Amino acid sequence: MSAFRTPLKIVHGLGSAREGANHWWMQRVTAMALAPLSVWFLWFAIANKGGDYAALSSAVGQPLNAVLLLAFIWALFHHAYLGLQVVIEDYVHPRALEITLMVLIRFGAILAVLSSSIAILRLVFIAVERT
Amino acid sequence: MATRARPLSPHLQVYRPQLTSLLSIIHRATGVALSAAALGLVWGVVALATGQQAFATFTDLANGFIGRLVCAGFVFCLMYHWLNGLRHLAWDTGWGLEIKRAYATGWVVVVLAPTLTALLLWLLWA
Repeated sequence: MSAFRTPLKIVHGLGSAREGANHWWMQRVTAMALAPLSVWFLWFAIANKGGDYAALSSAVGQPLNAVLLLAFIWALFHHAYLGLQVVIEDYVHPRALEITLMVLIRFGAILAVLSSSIAILRLVFIAVERT
Repeated sequence: MATRARPLSPHLQVYRPQLTSLLSIIHRATGVALSAAALGLVWGVVALATGQQAFATFTDLANGFIGRLVCAGFVFCLMYHWLNGLRHLAWDTGWGLEIKRAYATGWVVVVLAPTLTALLLWLLWA
């Protein structure tokens, strides 16, 4: 079979999906990011529990917290998208439904990331105005 | 070639469940559940930026009976997926793939996931 492949195609090593090990690798990279970030997130949630609205919104508006929360949410949705994609590929057999679902979860993940990013930035700007 | 209805492997109805395969499918299930939890997090963050009233609606719901039940489930999913995810990352380096070690780390996940869940829920709610 390999006789049908050009040397260039083989050396690129991208396979029939044309993305090589990218899906697999990004799943691991986002996992490596999420392992410490989720510990930070839980610590942040516990440290700020029971706080009133003003305390929590200014805590999220702190630059370091905002950056870490943004990183957590971005990595989370990238990781979730890659994982859900595999679940859909494995269990959803009608091709049209499979593709529709994959596009929908991609749109959903992007909208979730964008809206939480704007929300966090808004809290940062509010916190800056207060000082 | 005659296509007799031959058994497929692994055929779930006749395949004895093993710790390794059970932990594997639970990893997927908790991952799907955590995607829903991620949407809940986005809801909370957006409500926080929207204003006091919107955030109160969110916290009232999250602190209600059903809300706490769902939160407890999400915390368990996170603990499980986090621990078993480390197991996966270790396998990717080539460590722990022997049957014996795969079972040993599996049991560690089985014991630690509920323990850490209980600890975290206590820290969050007490």
